[in-house]
Amino acid sequence: MTLDLGAERAGQERRLSPREQERFQANLLPYLDAAYNLARYLLHDVHEAEDAVQESCLRAIRHFEGFRGTDGRAWLLRIVRNTCFTWLRLRRGGGSLAEFDESLHTPEDEASGPAADLARTVAAESVREGLARLPPVFREVIVLRELEGLSYKEIAQVVAIPIGTVMSRLARGRRDLMLILEAKPKGER
Amino acid sequence: MICRDVLERLSPFLDDELDPLASREILEHLESCPGCTVALARHRELSLGLRSDLDYHRASDLLGARVLRAVRGTTAGTAVRRDEPAARSWLWRSLVAALLLLVGGSWWFALSGRVDRDTLIAREAVSAHIRSLMASHLTDVASSDHHTVKPWFGGRLDYSPPVADFGAEGFLLVGGRLDYLQNRTVAALVYRYRAHLVNVFVWPVADAREAFEPPLVEQGFQVIRGTHAQMAYCLVSDLNATELKGFARRLAARPHAP
Repeated sequence: MTLDLGAERAGQERRLSPREQERFQANLLPYLDAAYNLARYLLHDVHEAEDAVQESCLRAIRHFEGFRGTDGRAWLLRIVRNTCFTWLRLRRGGGSLAEFDESLHTPEDEASGPAADLARTVAAESVREGLARLPPVFREVIVLRELEGLSYKEIAQVVAIPIGTVMSRLARGRRDLMLILEAKPKGER
Repeated sequence: MICRDVLERLSPFLDDELDPLASREILEHLESCPGCTVALARHRELSLGLRSDLDYHRASDLLGARVLRAVRGTTAGTAVRRDEPAARSWLWRSLVAALLLLVGGSWWFALSGRVDRDTLIAREAVSAHIRSLMASHLTDVASSDHHTVKPWFGGRLDYSPPVADFGAEGFLLVGGRLDYLQNRTVAALVYRYRAHLVNVFVWPVADAREAFEPPLVEQGFQVIRGTHAQMAYCLVSDLNATELKGFARRLAARPHAP
């Protein structure tokens, strides 16, 4: 039932052999949620994140022979983050992604929520907003660490940086996030 | 170690990514430094806040199906069409694509359904774990002595959870409390390992299996489920997988004292 699709596409689109399809499904597809979650936090858009994940999977298929079968999650996440950063760079017209936009630091004057909001130091909304204000290179390590539970070694593989850099990026990202959250006028202090 | 060094290392310290010597030095410093202890609490609170308040965005079924189609090599539309019996081949193609989508979709659905059942209890346990750390309601009975903790459960549960001390292996018993999981009241035992807390939820099951599942990550926490001596166990911690597995092995090796 292949209907000569393969012949038609030979040369331009790589097709996985049945065995490769099996390996792909077993080793990479379980991490589709992780891939999508990372893309969502990097791109902040449902459709772009879906497209980025799909494009990443197509790339993964094209370069599947490069997968050594050790850590499917790190391998897939690495492609996803590269795709997302390419998109971000295009979106911003090639600007540096690491620079911290100082204007983000100014606390917004939003209508303060009800008293319940004060009950907890770190309200859900502000955590989400705060993270969204961090530059992507810091946001990415925080998401990989806190939501994906990756070790520094695994993060280093995904981002392709030394473990020491993972350590300092996470420390810096968390420090900046705390500063952002504290800058919000939320009652105490 | 002086405060500046400690403050700089709090982030990797909480992530358990420092070498044991540096970790120990930080622990020693924290014992006598209120300022750094507050900073550690803020770090911990940030991490908990992130894990509990940030949504984990899951891929939609549609995206799953799209990717699966690409893996199976059945993506229509990207290939250049030949113009001979174009109409008929299109009909065929869409039929096959629809069929594969159906098969792939149901496969995907079945898979995600299974995953969900497995992770459901893990999610519940992680929520309970986070609540226990946030609401400063870690323990109802705070004691490192299992002879105190075990009887405390006596009047409160219709079963007697095994309470053991693993202090010699580094897992110190902090205490116990009642929690609610799987629509029932369960015993939660709290252990501390270095800077990490482990919640061990225990409740009786009819299942006579002896097995602990591989760790699974839920909202950044490691979760291990298992059954041993007709008790269901669910361990939750921000410890790394290897050390939590080691702890689960010790629990499983424990003979059940009724």
